Amino acid sequence: MHPAPSVIIFTTFSGLGFGLLFWLGIDPTPPTGWVAFVFWLIAYVMAVGGLLSSTFHLGRPERFLKAFSQWRSSWLSREGIAAVTTLVAMGLYGLGLVFFGTAWQPLGWLGALGALATVFTTSMIYTQMKTIPRWNMNLTPAMFMSYALAGGALLKGNITMAIVLLAIAGVVQVFTWVMGDKAFENSGTTMATATGLGNIGSVRAFEPPHTGTNYLMREFIHVVGRKHSQKLRIISVALGIIIPVVLLLLPIGHWIALIAVASHIAGVLASRWLFFAEAEHVVGLYYGKR
Amino acid sequence: MTTLPNLTQKKLGLVIDLDTCVGCHACVISCKGWNTENYGAPLSDQNAYGADNSGTFLNRVHSFEVQPTGDEAAAQLIHFPKSCLHCEDAPCVTVCPTGASYKREEDGIVLVNEQDCIGCGLCAWACPYGARELDQAEGVMKKCTLCVDRIYNENLEEVDRVPTCVRTCPSGARHFGDLGDENSDVSKLVAERGGMDLMPEQGTKPVNKYLPPRPKDELPEFDVLAPFLEPVAQEAKGFLGWLDKTLEKL
Repeated sequence: MHPAPSVIIFTTFSGLGFGLLFWLGIDPTPPTGWVAFVFWLIAYVMAVGGLLSSTFHLGRPERFLKAFSQWRSSWLSREGIAAVTTLVAMGLYGLGLVFFGTAWQPLGWLGALGALATVFTTSMIYTQMKTIPRWNMNLTPAMFMSYALAGGALLKGNITMAIVLLAIAGVVQVFTWVMGDKAFENSGTTMATATGLGNIGSVRAFEPPHTGTNYLMREFIHVVGRKHSQKLRIISVALGIIIPVVLLLLPIGHWIALIAVASHIAGVLASRWLFFAEAEHVVGLYYGKR
Repeated sequence: MTTLPNLTQKKLGLVIDLDTCVGCHACVISCKGWNTENYGAPLSDQNAYGADNSGTFLNRVHSFEVQPTGDEAAAQLIHFPKSCLHCEDAPCVTVCPTGASYKREEDGIVLVNEQDCIGCGLCAWACPYGARELDQAEGVMKKCTLCVDRIYNENLEEVDRVPTCVRTCPSGARHFGDLGDENSDVSKLVAERGGMDLMPEQGTKPVNKYLPPRPKDELPEFDVLAPFLEPVAQEAKGFLGWLDKTLEKL
């Protein structure tokens, strides 16, 4: 798959933003006043910024309102509804904390639930794709959820929770890669099934339909950069998990926390780049490519 | 609504004969022509006369080489037209967030309402066959309509009320009909020739069927003169024989 910057930024930052909103929503002693304002600002810049970024890959972004209509069948539609519900609930909750110093707790719980639902529905957009075997497994939502919860805890400053969740996210991430590497083979889709010619003999792509490229090849067949995937995996885990955990174990200060957050974001960005760049769509088989 | 109909009254679709397709790409061109001038947004090209040209097509012809296993049979070249298969369980329809993608209850044709399409591309991701392409000029998803503006069009002569690719095909490799009706010509053809689904493991239940290439004939030895012809020398004699032995020793 083409690793479009818009979707990499979207999944990374909205995951972090909604992760932070979850922890803010369930906090029994939430911050108030200016402290609350800063927390909410960070969460909304990330969550809303990510969502806005995702609209850049739309062909007709001006029609985005229509995307809220098909919640019965479409995970993308469900995601939109979950995101807006969460942002409204947490917005009102934040309003109470920042300006009135009162916690309208049910709104916080609703927002926290909505934040989890948003990250889950985002992950299901990818998980549902049978055409992309690497994504089509239960580990995909687990990976998105664990990163969002860990990143949110890190941003919120729940140090113990952040350490535990980062460790879990790291384990889930490694499993996702290990299982993902076998997913295409296990899917049973091959050039033989794609063409139906397998019972005659071994099938080879002889001539593509055209000499140039096309939308399908640009979108689904991305081979550039995959050769560095092992190195990037190590960099991603080092930056996203190991460095933040080590920094959190040190006597913590705001600057160290900032470095931990920056490192984590860089690691998640690398992970998400790999998530798209390594994903292989079965349509590539028609072109003799993966 | 982008939920799929439980049952469609008809299952209109194509049957593509891989045995007779000659790979001329006439279906590709006629498809591009008809669908640029008619239903929905035109099929645009980008940088059409430049070095890096590309464009939107609803039908593309691949060519595959198949090397039969076991014996020393010659490789076969198979031309492989590919367009939307109008799947019964179309994953492209259910992923659509806006309701732009839908499968018609009356005839099973999968269409895109271009006024509702936001161009998110998710339906193209969900399609295992690469049947949907996002038009780069219009920003909306384009796909085979099964020439819905031809097949019911009473302004056309009856012979023309088939998809333009079928009408154009010079080798009769494309057939159009109701695959839900087991007495239709296309259904009989599929039964007779062992028509197959592409990527059945994807669970899409495609309506379009592909007829596999027929087995190649074995030519019998019929040359009456062959037995009387001088057999080809197996071992070199004379100067060449000497040269062969000498070179071998070196």
